[in-house]
Amino acid sequence: MNSNGCARDMIDEENARFEGITSRHKDSKGGLIPILHEVQELYGYLPDSAFVRISKTCNIPLSEIYGVATFYSFFSLKPKGKYEISVCMGTACYVKGAGRILDRIREELDIDVGDCTEDGKFSLSACRCLGACGLAPVIKVNEQVHGRLALADVSEVLNQYE
Amino acid sequence: MKTNAQIEEIRRDTFSELIIRKGRKADAETPVKHVMVCAGTGCTSSNSEEIISRLRVQIEKHGLGETVKVVQTGCLGLCAKGPIVIVHPDDCMYTMVTPEDVSEIVESHLVGGTPVTRLSEGDSQVVKDFFNKQMRVALRNCGLIDPENIDEYIAFDGYKALAAVLSEMSPSDVIQTVKTSGLRGRGGAGFSTGTKWEFASKNEAERKYVCCNADEGDPGAFMDRSILEGDPHSVIEAMAIAGYAIGSNQGYIYVRAEYPIAVHRLKIAISQARNYGLLGRNILDSGFDFDVDIRLGAGAFVCGEETALMASIEGKRGEPRVRPPFPAEKGLWQEPTILNNVETLANVAPILLNGAEWFADLGTLKSKGTKVFAIGGKIANTGLVEIPMGTTLREIVYEIGGGIPGGKAFKAAQTGGPSGGCIPAKHIDAPIDYESLIELGSMMGSGGLIVMDEDTCMVDIAKFFLEFTVDESCGKCTPCRVGTRMMYDILDKITQGNGTEKDLDELERYARVITKTSLCALGQTAPNPVLSTLKYFREEYIAHIKEKRCPAGVCKQLIVYAIDPEKCTGCGLCKKNCAFGAISGEKKAPHAIDPEKCVKCGMCLTKCKFGAVTTK
Ligand SMILES: Cc1cc2nc3c(=O)[nH]c(=O)nc-3n(C[C@H](O)[C@H](O)[C@H](O)COP(=O)(O)O)c2cc1C
Ligand code: FES
Repeated sequence: MNSNGCARDMIDEENARFEGITSRHKDSKGGLIPILHEVQELYGYLPDSAFVRISKTCNIPLSEIYGVATFYSFFSLKPKGKYEISVCMGTACYVKGAGRILDRIREELDIDVGDCTEDGKFSLSACRCLGACGLAPVIKVNEQVHGRLALADVSEVLNQYE
Repeated sequence: MKTNAQIEEIRRDTFSELIIRKGRKADAETPVKHVMVCAGTGCTSSNSEEIISRLRVQIEKHGLGETVKVVQTGCLGLCAKGPIVIVHPDDCMYTMVTPEDVSEIVESHLVGGTPVTRLSEGDSQVVKDFFNKQMRVALRNCGLIDPENIDEYIAFDGYKALAAVLSEMSPSDVIQTVKTSGLRGRGGAGFSTGTKWEFASKNEAERKYVCCNADEGDPGAFMDRSILEGDPHSVIEAMAIAGYAIGSNQGYIYVRAEYPIAVHRLKIAISQARNYGLLGRNILDSGFDFDVDIRLGAGAFVCGEETALMASIEGKRGEPRVRPPFPAEKGLWQEPTILNNVETLANVAPILLNGAEWFADLGTLKSKGTKVFAIGGKIANTGLVEIPMGTTLREIVYEIGGGIPGGKAFKAAQTGGPSGGCIPAKHIDAPIDYESLIELGSMMGSGGLIVMDEDTCMVDIAKFFLEFTVDESCGKCTPCRVGTRMMYDILDKITQGNGTEKDLDELERYARVITKTSLCALGQTAPNPVLSTLKYFREEYIAHIKEKRCPAGVCKQLIVYAIDPEKCTGCGLCKKNCAFGAISGEKKAPHAIDPEKCVKCGMCLTKCKFGAVTTK
């Protein structure tokens, strides 16, 4: 099979999964938020085109979908980086200097919270308690947690990611 | 589907297998051991998964597969010393275990019978102190069972309360028992759980709902997540009991999407309970139907508020609405609904099994039972503790928590998260219960307890919480949307060194208005962190305003970086790392920082190995 066919297969597969999600929740009460969760899982974020399709298939006004999606911080309308950095800004981490860690990462990557580096490698977000307060201050890069982080360790941690 | 008799049989069989975890020695003939590894979020973050998989491989390799069982458990609480491994029945707890330690544990302890004292003795006193004053009701199974195995929950009296309720009690008996026990909501407000159920039971309706609040919004707290990760069935069983009491057949657990392990274990627990017929139609042949579904939150703090939470389950923006009508009358989809916190629910089965009087005997006059706290911040033993109500802050900080690290002084403890306040050192002997915390200007909240030392700036902390509420205000009502922003701006001005004394009056005035006029408790309580720090630490605000000084050395605009010539060895590391060329000095002679060039990035502070860089 040539590479074009392969890409087409992937798109077909993605479309099938998308349709599966909408048809599963379309008739259940309060199904919009579960749909948004699963669509975000599928694409990594919520692209505009997805809103239009959800609106058409589920018969929900676009404005309502957009209103819900932008209300909740968990939903992202922008693509994320290959590595998503979440800096815990919970109280336990904050009193142990999480604010300075966040500043340092911002400087190091030259991006702001909510943004993605130009090469698409890192995106940065601040989150609330990760439940690892025993290791405060804590950051998470994709699923990997780095705890007891000192300011001086920041660049070393970022350099681990290719 | 299982009958009650079959469930009882599972209980008997599993219990006899698990009894070694309760301190009973196994007989010498069958040297069975259970190796419990904490797989809560904290320990998972420090690589306990790798420990589990290496243990399994090594145990197989040594042919111990028949006698030694590796069990992944929920959080034991002592997160600071994690990952934690316990070997039963030897009553041996290993702390700060690394994957590299595994072969020694297996070869020396499991094969050779000699515990690895290197990993158990260093912290044995800490472990003793940490658990000594605790009393585990809500956390009874956390660390004791495999949360992904319903049989282990059943072994320790799981689903026994539900069976008893369905066969022997009327709904009003259940409500009366919960009322008499004195159980109050653990989600923040402390409302009587039995009374709430009674309201909902009296409202006639075709459909009613039982909701569980697992949105855990307090940033810096993880009690509810630990219960869900360590003992999900305790919540499901209680929801079914609540459903029976109020006449509801459907429950929803509203849980944060940021809690993937908790969600995963809840899903497993629900499907296991359905398989055993403990959820679904005609539970235990009683004629009672009840099922539970999960709804994921999506990172909005306001969705912890009950009416907002219900709007979110309905698939809308999570904005609160005016009460009354209260949810017990018109809640989810306009039907009578009760909402309880995870920890509240985790107390329900023990109350029904041991009786209302047993529970009412624990705690203080008006606050019964125990409370789980997530202790964090400047404290040695960060983690999760459950203590009888009425325990003092001093006992928590110094006895259980092991005090403040680095010989620093205790300054304050923050409870109640963004709705709460700080308790200063002079009130450290205050008993922890609903009333006394309110009296001190804080509140119980859901159980976050953050310890602060002399290096914490109270103005900065107040600003931190206000920034949080500004971010999280849903925007529906003006006092909260605009008012919190105005308070934040003043605090920001003060931390920049541009405040005036009149600003403090303004802060208090805004606080009064916001408290009185906001739509929901998010706004009504948002000024608390400012008011309580103003009450106890006014002099710190004054220092920022009048002397342009941050006594704790935190507020960036007000501190000056300097090098202590006494401590500086002239190693040159700071000079090498300063990207702004602000540090000068000859090798082996004390260095100095040029305040004109210094941008206060803190790099020299983190690089100096001799503690010579100061920020005052
Ligand atoms: C802004 C706001 C956030 C809240 N967050 C939570 C929360 O995260 N968890 C919780 O159980 N209750 C939270 N509550 C309290 C709930 O509204 C509700 O009182 C509670 O869940 C009822 O359960 P309980 O009676 O068992 O405590 C919050 C309230 C407000 C106003
Ligand atoms: S506050 Fe950061 S992990 Fe809890």
